[in-house]
Amino acid sequence: MSRTLPSVLVLALDTSSAACVAAVVEHAEGHAGRRECVLAQRSVVAGRRHGELLAPLLSSVLADAGQQVHDVDAVAVGVGPGPFTGLRVGVVTATALGQALGVPVHGVCSLDAIGAALPGRVAVAGDARRREVYWAAYEDGKRVAGPAVDRPQVLLELGVDRVVGAGATLYAEVLSGLADPTGPQYPSPVLVAHLALGTAGAAGAEGLPGTAGPDRLSPAPPIPLYLRRPDAVLPGPAKRVTA
Amino acid sequence: MRDVTGPLVLGIETSCDETGVGLVRAGTVVGQALASSVDEHARFGGVVPEVAARAHVEAMPGTVAAALAAAGASPADVDAVAVTAGPGLAGALLVGLAAAKAYALALDVPLFGVNHLAAHVAVDTLEHGPLPEQCVALLVSGGHTSLLRVDDLARGELARLGSTVDDAAGEAFDKVARVLGLPFPGGPPIDAAAVGGDPAYVHFPRGKGSDATFDFSFSGLKTAVARWVEARERAGEPVPVAHVAASFREAVADVLSAKAVVACQDAGVGTLVIGGGVAANARLRTLAEQRCERAGVTLRVPRPSLCTDNGVMVAALGAMQAAAGVTPSPLDLSADPGLPLGGRAA
Ligand SMILES: [Zn+2]
Repeated sequence: MSRTLPSVLVLALDTSSAACVAAVVEHAEGHAGRRECVLAQRSVVAGRRHGELLAPLLSSVLADAGQQVHDVDAVAVGVGPGPFTGLRVGVVTATALGQALGVPVHGVCSLDAIGAALPGRVAVAGDARRREVYWAAYEDGKRVAGPAVDRPQVLLELGVDRVVGAGATLYAEVLSGLADPTGPQYPSPVLVAHLALGTAGAAGAEGLPGTAGPDRLSPAPPIPLYLRRPDAVLPGPAKRVTA
Repeated sequence: MRDVTGPLVLGIETSCDETGVGLVRAGTVVGQALASSVDEHARFGGVVPEVAARAHVEAMPGTVAAALAAAGASPADVDAVAVTAGPGLAGALLVGLAAAKAYALALDVPLFGVNHLAAHVAVDTLEHGPLPEQCVALLVSGGHTSLLRVDDLARGELARLGSTVDDAAGEAFDKVARVLGLPFPGGPPIDAAAVGGDPAYVHFPRGKGSDATFDFSFSGLKTAVARWVEARERAGEPVPVAHVAASFREAVADVLSAKAVVACQDAGVGTLVIGGGVAANARLRTLAEQRCERAGVTLRVPRPSLCTDNGVMVAALGAMQAAAGVTPSPLDLSADPGLPLGGRAA
């Protein structure tokens, strides 16, 4: 591909699902419009080991891309919603990388990094544990509802044609015919990079429906999207030890 | 001017509710910053792990920036990164580890995962110089109560002589403070309330005080205080808070200092280091000083700001490891909430 400078090298990552995903994307803007070149991407199913696996994954994806970490011009990160412990690993890693490198850090809703690339009326559901899902609904790549956390039954009332993501696989029975196990399970790091630079739907973006509104898919500050308050019980009066 | 050549080590501590960042060069503190979520936990009467982990994420970049600013340094000046790998709260440790790995990766410098307890001992070298060949350390805080024999700090050669079998010493302060209607965390308000109180007013039990081990127990003491206070209340009599606080504090300081000095004598070691938040307790310091002097043991207690959890202690131990040629930790270093002694984090 013929590149027009200046270009921006983006390191994108997401740890909001059971996977750690990362990509190195070169984003160029010139006379021919915006161009994106995916230099490398990697993912690893982490379960609950995001803390161990993310940093080596970033190191590998940069090596795959033939880039040095100090060449990175921007960091993009999925800010959830997702299980808290893994989510925090990604967000704090991105923030620290940005600070150490002196480059901006952009946060993106992790569900958008699945839903923004899907045509039609689709819900994306992630595993929120406790028999609930993190979800958002999209119309031709534009988020129209969510993100929120609810019982999977709520997805039946959205008027979508299918549900994708780890939550769809997990609750296929509840979702009757809506669950689409062939859809993406984890956020795409390439989409994280793409959305972070605000290029969703822009001319030249490949594989996107092209109708995403900037109001719904614009980058957010890199702050975790928890959607739940911490479990903590206020103590009652001091318990008596004598009867 | 002091000689400040040597690698600049960034230390990150997130094992409990303090986000601590410290910068150490050549045995000197060159910058530090601390953010605490203690106020957010106060209404729960103890540290809530999820609240602590969220607060670490929020506080991390600002705390690192503040420490660097205090040192007049930029990220590129950092030569090594040290981080607490354990023991501590799993979710909280993970935040510090992820940040430390990212700084090490971005700056292309070595990473040292360190033991939090060993770091409490290492920090004393910043104030009192190198440690002798061997010493005994008493680490007392809301999270730990441990008596250790320290042979080689940098190489992680520490042995646990004893620890609490139930509550940590600091936890006992928190619980008794609640019984007396004093705020959380309980250490400072009990210390303040005890001024003018009679430490011999009530003889509260010294848990495991006379057994042959170096273990401690504080849950019986806490219950004894609660019983005593409730009996007064039931009788419709006012609770003499100063006397109760002084008597409780005496029981804790007595058993801690007595066992620590015996541990030194047993091990044939001439130096005792006290660290952790409870080391700031006035009565513990006084009693330990008296008993160490009588036993011919040198007592070393860092200043209170270095006793409580902070990033400087982690940087201090990281710097010792770097200087000793210890192999850096890999980027897949795990958090180890129950990190044992006698082995460095790997
Ligand atoms: Zn501590």
